[in-house]
Amino acid sequence: MFLALRDLRFARGRFALMGAVVALIAVLGVLLSGLAAGLADAGISGLRALPVTHMAFDEKATSEQFSRSTVDREDWQAWSEAPGVERAEPFGNTLANAQVTQGAKKGEQVNLAVFGMAPDSPLAPSPSKGAGLDEGSAGIVITREIADLGVEVGDVLTADRSEVQLKVVGLVDETVSYGHIGVAYADLDTWRHLHYGLPGDLPEAAGRQATAVALTLEPGADVADVEKATATRADTKEATFGASPGYTAESSTMALIKGFLYAISALVVGAFFTVWTVQRKAEIAPLKALGAPTGYILRDALAQVVAVLVGATVVGTAVGLALGSAMIGKAPFSLSASSIATSSGLLIVLGTVGAVVAVRRITAVDPLTALGATR
Amino acid sequence: MTTPATDHQAAADTTGSGGLRLDGVTLTFGDGDAAVTALDHVGLAVAPGEFVAVVGPSGSGKSSLLAVAGGLQRPTSGTVHIAGTELTALSDKERTAARRRHIGFVFQQSNLLASLTVREQLLLPLHIDGRLDAAARARADELIEAVGLTHRAGSRPHQLSGGERQRAGLARALMTAPAVLLVDEPTSALDRVRSAEAVKLLAEQTHERGTATVMVTHDTAIMDAADRVHEMVDGRLS
Repeated sequence: MFLALRDLRFARGRFALMGAVVALIAVLGVLLSGLAAGLADAGISGLRALPVTHMAFDEKATSEQFSRSTVDREDWQAWSEAPGVERAEPFGNTLANAQVTQGAKKGEQVNLAVFGMAPDSPLAPSPSKGAGLDEGSAGIVITREIADLGVEVGDVLTADRSEVQLKVVGLVDETVSYGHIGVAYADLDTWRHLHYGLPGDLPEAAGRQATAVALTLEPGADVADVEKATATRADTKEATFGASPGYTAESSTMALIKGFLYAISALVVGAFFTVWTVQRKAEIAPLKALGAPTGYILRDALAQVVAVLVGATVVGTAVGLALGSAMIGKAPFSLSASSIATSSGLLIVLGTVGAVVAVRRITAVDPLTALGATR
Repeated sequence: MTTPATDHQAAADTTGSGGLRLDGVTLTFGDGDAAVTALDHVGLAVAPGEFVAVVGPSGSGKSSLLAVAGGLQRPTSGTVHIAGTELTALSDKERTAARRRHIGFVFQQSNLLASLTVREQLLLPLHIDGRLDAAARARADELIEAVGLTHRAGSRPHQLSGGERQRAGLARALMTAPAVLLVDEPTSALDRVRSAEAVKLLAEQTHERGTATVMVTHDTAIMDAADRVHEMVDGRLS
């Protein structure tokens, strides 16, 4: 680092410009990571929180399964008896609109992502406030996003179309969302009223239906037979995320932007150090003539690259974290240490790769060019 | 004062360990009709403390002589000995180490590093060799004083005059106490007065420190300071 540090100090203007570019990319990296995580939370945190390994859908529903699939009682009974299945139970999913008809926010329109389940099933929520679900009482447990609208435990919501009165019995004070809508947990009968938009007594057929079979499978369980018998298909929980409205498009857009960002940063760093190394050729030739091994010069140059990248990335990440913290609550944004470490780490690694390609030119400099007129 | 040197003389001149000796050194580029002979059976012996000037027009092979003597280039045939070691028998890596420890270069444009102060320029060769200690720092200060740059020790190259840069380049070359000092057109960027001063300093340091010094130049005005002058024409040394 004898030369590298002195070059950094001597050409500090140039390195500061370069560092500023890397720092800005790091800021963008943190913000994109936070936004991607926030969008993922808004899209699928409700599904992620379910204690299941798989979901079995009607085999005819190959996309947007949660709105297209319907399964029957026979299906979840067959699943629960199949080998390799620890647990199988009905799960209902629907989007519903409602209005606050009793409570401080009377008249407020509320969107609900309704998850229906048996109140005694492990899928049922454990509210941090109020009580849990109770069969046949039309009570719902809301989550933070709905509570943020001013809905409180004890309020009554009236669903559009079915006119079902939904009493808020409990609150899970966490962000639990599906398709950017706050989740409301309901018992299966209440869910069916909301799903079919039917007031009063449900027809017999509707009472035997759900959206999917929520499954807990043993690792490596072979469920081909039961899939065939019930005309259903078991998707892993992670695979069902793609069925959430907009999730695939959002996450692939974010991945694309991030990919471009990393590629651009590697190219920018590579281009800068290419120009820098070419400028240094007139100094490298005499250094080699004086007996500096190529390895010594390469190590020095790489230490300089890493110092610039790490310094700029640390500054940029800190700025990104400050900006990101200010965004939480105002935008779908969530910061996780691992995603930020990955983003910043990738920036440093790919920047170094770009620079390594550039400083390899040092190897090709011929010490002979130090003699004679400056060439 | 011009003493002709032939292959035989060169071989006979130096015995033992010190100095620089070239025997029958030939350097050709290309082959067949396109072959160019840069050095043609050159023999040269320089004893420790001796200051030899090599003059000749550009293209006569002066730079090739320095390149081969300094281990930057392998001759096509012939041998080079430095301080008793046969440079031409060493591997590339060993030659690099030999350059670092036994050979000092003073370049035409001084070729100082832009970001380093004069003092740091001198310390660099020893840092490269992993020998940067208190003795090295003391030696740097002593050499800076010897070339009259004490008041400039903290200056960077762009703050120095051409003459000062050349003196700093000389001090840097002497840092490793080299057996051989190779000097390439030291006065090309200097006016007449400064040239004379620079060469005088070079002669003084050569005698004082016992280096075998070879200076190539096309400036005949500075030859007087040398102990011996050879002329180079078409790759032949006379």
